[in-house]
Amino acid sequence: MTGNHQTLALFLFSAFIAVTLAITTWVSRNRHGSAEEFYAGGRLFSPMENGFAIAGDYMSAASFLGVTGLIALFGYDGLLYVVGFLVAWLLVLFLVAELVRNCGRFTLADVVAARMRERPVRIAAGTSSVTVSVLYLVAQMVGAGSLVALLLGGTSAAARAWTVIGVGALMVIYVSLGGMRATTWIQIVKAVLLLSGTVALTVLVLLRFHGDFDRLLLTAAERSGHGDAFLAPGLKYGGDWTARFDFISLGLALVLGTAGLPHILSRFYTVPTARAARRSVLWSIGLIGGFYLMTIVLGFGAAAIVGPEAVRGSNAAGNTAVPLLALTLGGGANSTGGTVLFAVVAAVAFATILAVVAGITLASSASVAHDLYASLRRRNAKRRSEVAVARVASVGIGVVAIALGLLARDLNVAFLVGLAFAVAASANLPVLLYSLFWRGFTTRGAVWAVYGGLVPALGLVLLSPVVSGSPESLFPGVDFQYFPLQNPGLVSIPLGFLAGWLGTVTSAEVPDEAKHAETEVRALTGAGAA
Amino acid sequence: MRYDDPWYDALASGWGESDGLGGHAPVPEAGPGGRASEDEAAADVYLEVQRSAAFQEVRSRYRRFVVPGVAVFLVWYVGYVVTATTAPGLMAHPVAGAVNVAMVAGLGQFLTTFLFAWAYARHARLRRDRAALELRWDTQELTRGVRGGAS
Repeated sequence: MTGNHQTLALFLFSAFIAVTLAITTWVSRNRHGSAEEFYAGGRLFSPMENGFAIAGDYMSAASFLGVTGLIALFGYDGLLYVVGFLVAWLLVLFLVAELVRNCGRFTLADVVAARMRERPVRIAAGTSSVTVSVLYLVAQMVGAGSLVALLLGGTSAAARAWTVIGVGALMVIYVSLGGMRATTWIQIVKAVLLLSGTVALTVLVLLRFHGDFDRLLLTAAERSGHGDAFLAPGLKYGGDWTARFDFISLGLALVLGTAGLPHILSRFYTVPTARAARRSVLWSIGLIGGFYLMTIVLGFGAAAIVGPEAVRGSNAAGNTAVPLLALTLGGGANSTGGTVLFAVVAAVAFATILAVVAGITLASSASVAHDLYASLRRRNAKRRSEVAVARVASVGIGVVAIALGLLARDLNVAFLVGLAFAVAASANLPVLLYSLFWRGFTTRGAVWAVYGGLVPALGLVLLSPVVSGSPESLFPGVDFQYFPLQNPGLVSIPLGFLAGWLGTVTSAEVPDEAKHAETEVRALTGAGAA
Repeated sequence: MRYDDPWYDALASGWGESDGLGGHAPVPEAGPGGRASEDEAAADVYLEVQRSAAFQEVRSRYRRFVVPGVAVFLVWYVGYVVTATTAPGLMAHPVAGAVNVAMVAGLGQFLTTFLFAWAYARHARLRRDRAALELRWDTQELTRGVRGGAS
């Protein structure tokens, strides 16, 4: 890539940082510093604002660059992967959004703890929430480092390390100074930028083919060298039976995990009512669905216009498919149009990473301060303001994420996003659904449901080929691989539900009818909601 | 649509009633004095509301829509993923032009997601919202009564 791209991309990205820092300063100018303000932005966002923010929180660089690359290289199998990300939102809409808004205050643990003995439940749910967030965060940080190398040609190790540190420092500044209000506005700005960029590229692709989607598909299939097989499933996930089960496992984790992601759950507390939470999910389903439909066009467009050979030549995983497509659509490597489009795509990708990591950091600092610190501090210790603890926690999480991001920057961490969804589906979803819908659920059931999903999910990954026993593993030199699948969801999600059931039926505790009545009445009517 | 004004929603949510301090459990702790008995009385209110015919109606309307809905879309999604991974030959069957069964099924998933979301929102708006809002006011009135107007 030439110097022009880099300069323009850096300029646009600096403009994004300047705007978002201005937003952070502006929204925090006369904040009262209450927990309500810090975690939930005062709960006064409109459904449309929250819908855009949810979309901005959810559409990561992995989907913008990764999914389009997957489609450009493997055709239909990339589309297969995308569907789970959208269908997941129906589960959120039907079972989670409104009820969680009505029952909780800031975190997942609030919903569960309202019915149970508070301390063990908060510690369990807080631990699993922080685990999910850190996994997701490290994936994004490492992704940011690789993105610099890919887009700006700065392949030196120092450039990547400084990118990881810079992204981490920015997210800590946004979150600790601006709380939920700043994070939300950054996500809204990012969602608008990402969607405008995607719409522009999609229109350009469709114009090339005079609006004929059929011809786009045919050209893509022809250029891919696979012919019709490019438009049917099987090129990536259709190998041996292990690969097929692996994909089914991933698909389950995607569809069930979204409803357990802490940074998504915390977004429902930023609107005043359950009705507003429902309408924000409707907005986000529209935006996310539209976005993924466009990524399908962009993916096939990259295959048809750029060609899989060029895409693979630039990056083996296909992550540069969209930037290359932008360059070609704009008129080629040395044209003004190509330079501008390429720079816009690069800047949008950075903005995307920043907005996503800010959301995750905020959610995990809420879990640390509101759940873990509140439960673990000594009874007679001085009572600190919860917001102060949350600010310190966000700095701490930032440091941990930077450190892990630096340690893992040369490793293949593509499995981490799928793993974060699998852990969310195994440890967070069962306890959430049982608390909302099962009259007889007890404290022991809740604790077992969390650890019964969390421990197998992490344990199975340790024993899987992503950690050892194959050339692409984290530790290729050793072999303690006993579990064949890369994604543990297929086994660990049922285990989470099973453990919750087992813990409940074996506990001597009599479920509290009144607490259950309170949860149910509050969940469905909104009485007494925060 | 009757309850469309966000400020109406905001007032209904009782914002401004929060303690603003943070660090408290969502359920008030039973402190010294009469708090424990007040909480018991409030718990009785929730049990009473839960047993009322109006609440049972709202709950069964919600469940009658949501349970079959979740079952249908999960089966449709899992069926799609399993078919795509285990029977690629069937999915490659051409339909029209470059479009094959797989493409129709994939875009069908998008379409059904939008349709389900729309149907859910419509059902909630027409069949649940008004009754739920009335129950909310009644419940809050009752709990306020037993807590001596403090809540």
